[in-house]
Amino acid sequence: MGTKKMTDGGKKLVKKPRRKRWSKDDTELFLLSLPTLLWFLIFSYLPMFGIIIAFKVYKLAPGGHGFIYNLLHSEWAGFGNFKYFFTSNAFTMLLRNTILYNIAFIIISATVAVGGALILSNMRNKKGSKVYQTMMFLPYFMSWVVISYFVYALLTPERGYINGIITAMGGERIMWYQEKKYWPFILIFLNTWKGMGYGMVLYLASITGIDPSLYEAAVMDGATKSQQARHITLPAIKPVFVMMLILDCGKIFNSDFGLFYQVTGQLPASLYTTASTFDTYIYNAIQSTAPIGQTAAASFFQAICSCATILLANWIVSKIDNENRII
Amino acid sequence: MGKKEKSGQSLNQIKTSTNIVFNLIFLFLAIICVIPLLFVFSISITDEESIRANGYQLIPQVFSASAYEFLWNERLTILRAAFMSVAVTVIGTIISIALNTSMGYVVSRRNFKLKQIYTWLIFIPMVFNGGMLASYVVVNNILGLNNSIWALILPLACSAFSVTICRTFFRTTVPDSIIESAKIDGAGQFRIWSRIVLPISKPVMATIGMFAAFGYWNDWFQASLYIQDAKLQTLQSLLNQMQKNIEYIANNPYGGVSLQQYRSSMPTESVRMAIAIVIIVPIACTYPFFQKYFISGLTIGSVKE
Repeated sequence: MGTKKMTDGGKKLVKKPRRKRWSKDDTELFLLSLPTLLWFLIFSYLPMFGIIIAFKVYKLAPGGHGFIYNLLHSEWAGFGNFKYFFTSNAFTMLLRNTILYNIAFIIISATVAVGGALILSNMRNKKGSKVYQTMMFLPYFMSWVVISYFVYALLTPERGYINGIITAMGGERIMWYQEKKYWPFILIFLNTWKGMGYGMVLYLASITGIDPSLYEAAVMDGATKSQQARHITLPAIKPVFVMMLILDCGKIFNSDFGLFYQVTGQLPASLYTTASTFDTYIYNAIQSTAPIGQTAAASFFQAICSCATILLANWIVSKIDNENRII
Repeated sequence: MGKKEKSGQSLNQIKTSTNIVFNLIFLFLAIICVIPLLFVFSISITDEESIRANGYQLIPQVFSASAYEFLWNERLTILRAAFMSVAVTVIGTIISIALNTSMGYVVSRRNFKLKQIYTWLIFIPMVFNGGMLASYVVVNNILGLNNSIWALILPLACSAFSVTICRTFFRTTVPDSIIESAKIDGAGQFRIWSRIVLPISKPVMATIGMFAAFGYWNDWFQASLYIQDAKLQTLQSLLNQMQKNIEYIANNPYGGVSLQQYRSSMPTESVRMAIAIVIIVPIACTYPFFQKYFISGLTIGSVKE
């Protein structure tokens, strides 16, 4: 062990003068990273230039050229596409839905996850707690398409389980897919349901990492369970909590497309104003013949807002508690 | 106090009554997480006539395996979709592991000249992206991957998040001394990555691989954007397609049977649920074993530099 350290130290000394030049090592590392580098340039950075589309009136140029040629030869639209989007009827509704759903999701999911983790960590039967965790993790691995079948089985008006129970008890059938008023609750419930297991296990992992001697000392001092939770457990999971919060804030202008589109049954007209978000709007626009520039404006607006919120959230956290910022 | 001190372990335990309440709450939560599977399965084994007459039943009044028989008769469609799902998952996962770990390894090297540039290069996509439309335009119009298996694989192959997990893992668990001694032995960086770093990094490969594999298996969104060719459909997109068009299979008969015969013989509701079961079963059987890797991924990923 001693000799190893010696050689390590020796090498560092030899290496230092060489550090400034581009070495064979650097070439090899660059080549090794080249495929991923290309992936990032094509799939992450190239779309960023999509911003240009939002400022253009895209037209097919005669002669059957490629997309980029057509785009470059299309007329500039200034902020016309943005103006169209901001003044359209949909804009306020989309903004309201996307943000309110996300706020509800963040608050409820975080409460359930932290609360659940606290309870699980205090449960006496560790085997049982493992079984619960595994069972609750299942929805996390289901795609929204599959979940939309679960929901369909429960809610479809003529045959669904829930209407079956309602009629068996003498009630009236509810046309679930046509009644707006239930859907905010259904969507919030499903979002919580799907992420619950994951969130709890995530927080539980950081609770199990807490030094047990802290609790022992607290018990010696006569601390109750709730005092231990408030003064030991919660402060210990704060970094993870803040990280999740910042990441969630960054997604506040985004929505889980599958939840809003698949689960509602391809977003029928009856639920349009309740369950539309920026993502469903853009997706529908892509599938339709809407001018690509206007769709790009909506898409770009969403991307800019996401970027701004994540930086803002991080900035606020850094002001309050610099240690917990993530960037 | 005296009672508590009987054994050291029970010193800081909750009361038995509280424990029972906690267990009941979680039993309830756990059940609502898995019970939809039972619903779907029940429907898939219920006789279609019985469904029409009495709605869905938790315990079928009339059992019928006709949905699965139908799938068996339509095995060309189902198996092709299953094959596509498996192909996309396997190829995608391999590519994903290769791309993420190679980049993760490169940025974990402290002496690498471009390290600073790369760190930014990976960080920026975490906070800013071009949006759904721009990605669509790149894949569809610029790369022309429409109706190709690569449209399902490439866009999901890599992510800043996974690269960061890999980088943190390599930096914290792979000792520099191993890499240095390999260099002295004349090994190039590619060799060090593939022969030395990867073999001792199985946990992170499992984490990245699991994220990728479940992501690919569950993906229906890419398929709904880029795939119109029925031959390229995965199980998920088949299920998605069926929701849009319940009688999809009836419209795509492979045998010499007429459309009318198909329609009358097809137990639609139960067949759709049976396909959902075909998708769920592989996941439900495997995730308990891989669950821990999902958590370890996040805990590694949240370690700050």
